[in-house]
Amino acid sequence: MIKKLKSIQDLVQLQTTLVAEQESFTRTVAICEGTGCYAYKSSVVADAFVEELKKLKLDRTIQVRRTGCHGFCERGPMAKIFPEKVFYFQVKPEDVPEIVEKTLVHNEYVERLLFLDEKTGKRCPHQHEIPFYQLQNQVVFGKNVLISPKNIEDYIVAGGYSALAKVLSKMSPVDVLEEVKKADLRGRGGGGFPAGVKWETTRNATGEPKYVIVNADEGDPGAYMDRSILEGNPHSVLEGLMLGGYAIGSTQGFIYVRQEYTTALENLPIAIAQAKQLGLLGENILGSGFNFDIIIHQGAGAFVSGESSALMSAIEGKVGEPRPKYIRTAIKGVWDRPSNLNNVETWANVPLIINEGAEWFRSLGTEGSKGTKIFSLVGKVKYTGLVEVPMGVTLRQIVFDVGGGIRNNKQFKAVQTGGPSGGCIPEKYLDLPVDFDELTKVGSMMGSGGMIVMDEDTCMVDVAKYFTNFLGDESCGKCIPCREGLRQMKRILKDITEGNGQESDLEVLEQLGGFMKAAALCALGQTAANPVLSTMKYFREEYEAHVRDKQCPAKVCQKLIIYLIDPEKCLACGICLKQCPTEAILGEKKVVHIVNQEKCIKCGTCYQVCPSKIGAVTKLAGGPAPEPVAYGTPVVKKERAK
Amino acid sequence: MVQLEPAPKVGAVSDNVDYRTLDEIIDGYSADPSMLIQILLDVQKKMHWLSKPTLRRISARLQVPLTRITRIATFYTMFSLKPQGRNSVQVCTGTACHVRGATELLTRTENVLGLKPGETDEEMKFTLKTVNCLGCCALGPVMTMGGAYHSNPSVADLKGLANALE
Repeated sequence: MIKKLKSIQDLVQLQTTLVAEQESFTRTVAICEGTGCYAYKSSVVADAFVEELKKLKLDRTIQVRRTGCHGFCERGPMAKIFPEKVFYFQVKPEDVPEIVEKTLVHNEYVERLLFLDEKTGKRCPHQHEIPFYQLQNQVVFGKNVLISPKNIEDYIVAGGYSALAKVLSKMSPVDVLEEVKKADLRGRGGGGFPAGVKWETTRNATGEPKYVIVNADEGDPGAYMDRSILEGNPHSVLEGLMLGGYAIGSTQGFIYVRQEYTTALENLPIAIAQAKQLGLLGENILGSGFNFDIIIHQGAGAFVSGESSALMSAIEGKVGEPRPKYIRTAIKGVWDRPSNLNNVETWANVPLIINEGAEWFRSLGTEGSKGTKIFSLVGKVKYTGLVEVPMGVTLRQIVFDVGGGIRNNKQFKAVQTGGPSGGCIPEKYLDLPVDFDELTKVGSMMGSGGMIVMDEDTCMVDVAKYFTNFLGDESCGKCIPCREGLRQMKRILKDITEGNGQESDLEVLEQLGGFMKAAALCALGQTAANPVLSTMKYFREEYEAHVRDKQCPAKVCQKLIIYLIDPEKCLACGICLKQCPTEAILGEKKVVHIVNQEKCIKCGTCYQVCPSKIGAVTKLAGGPAPEPVAYGTPVVKKERAK
Repeated sequence: MVQLEPAPKVGAVSDNVDYRTLDEIIDGYSADPSMLIQILLDVQKKMHWLSKPTLRRISARLQVPLTRITRIATFYTMFSLKPQGRNSVQVCTGTACHVRGATELLTRTENVLGLKPGETDEEMKFTLKTVNCLGCCALGPVMTMGGAYHSNPSVADLKGLANALE
């Protein structure tokens, strides 16, 4: 049974004991069980390690740790062996006995599971040798590999709750506030508002009680930084929130989590219960007289609920809609009480600032943006994953050095940043440093950290339509500019991508965008036109091709493109014919297959299943479809081959 | 004054609603109106949809007007006011999946199941949904069927997966 900690001395004592216990293990195998790796069935790999170690009676000296996300999602499931920090990728359960035998018993590498650096042709055994990690500085995210999120002891061993202890013993609330202000920590949710200034507003506002809130309603599709922190290191967020509560003068915290984040919702209540058991949360924390409690609220699937005033309405049990913020939520928030809201990543930075000091924090990053930022690097990039870099690293470094460039040797086209409120940045701006201010100058923003890489096969009009549809679905409908503006934009973009666009449409889109920017109620509406405006600015020729020529140059828009089978290449193997869901392909043995355009639903099955060495299925950017060869035309290539 | 419908006896089962389970959920939150969304989420999870008698019961127990509950139940995407199939099929249409071919995957899935997003088949076997992000972008385009993740399945894969489920 865990004993309640009654003083700071007790916490130090516990940490010493736990560190000693850890030292009885000579080795640790950390397996990522974040959502990405979980989908790759990493739990089965972890089970295999436990079993194999037991079988060889090594389980007393070698421990298996099931951790949160390690970041390199492209190569999951991952196993990292400590203290050597040997990193194995794409581990299958059948690889486990070999890893145990070779690496854990005989100190040798299993070469084929090590990362292969394509540039040098060498295998990289350790994290610091892998290009994906070389530019990174994982100050916030790096502890994930050291911690089982379901075990508070791991967090304490890694130095957890020492910031809380420091604050309760040596710092006044104002000291904490000043330290955060001095560090110039800006809100990581996208707004970039200085956290310390916001804290001070809430601290000085009249009204009791005051509330502190974690915004974990990370709704940008394709972005999962906050989820991975909450899942993998929930105590860092709890500790940050408590420090904020102490500085602001609040004893009640809320965490508002998206309902979709099942693992986070599983790990958070465990973390809170364990912290309470140890006396790190609740009444009279560590005998200091400071009380603090945390309540978890689940979202129910609404993008707009991540907006601060909407989120606070949802906490009150009302519909999560924004309200005009003539009076800021920092002054009148939940139940009209002063309420300070920051996102997960912002809170997770606070214990670091307290432990390492504001000066250390300021040594990272750029003039206006201090610290590091976690990005979710996804899309057509070679190495999908979570990347934590100091602010000010360029887009090119993130996409090409960390991310390894574009998949399948395709051409880079754009990177979309800032989620649905952001914009698409073309190649010519790739050398911009990424921070709160620079990307805004080119019509996008850093936002909460989503980075979707697009290549030559991505249609920018389709991307604009995608975001407009998304925002149209998610608009709460309260104000007219957002509700009706998006509706009209959706209609126009649908027409354009279906070949019914007119020259005047582009002008109307620009006008609507300007109007929404100026007149919408909340940030969602004010920024909703960004995807359309930025793609029109940088990729206008693509819009014009859709409107004038009725063609989709990237061959994406389903209503415009045409699938064809090249009679010169078709071997009449029948694979596409069998798989076509609408029987739109005609053919038989030794007879060239033909696509019946009237039946084709453009699902891409034939394109997907045609073996790559044959590559007979092609796409055309637009119609009209050329006359197919006569039915019964014999296969060419096969005879030539003979 | 809010007009409340007479609440059925505690624990009674009528209108095909399991009032016992429903009351347990409500009591778990001490019938606190500020916990309305949390209660609806729990009910949705246990019963897979929100029927009209269920909403009426919640209204009566929480003393919250039915119109307000309906507004919340229709605002959020997690709630369904129609019965759901035994297996949920979710096609991710997050941005990362979108640029990697989620539209084609959705078209294939629609065709194999004979359903459009939001629809449930007559045998109540499948409900097809699109979701904004499943958070495993490295697998994109990705979908889940019967709780398991599948990366860019072909028509043949989809047919196999669909047939393997009850």
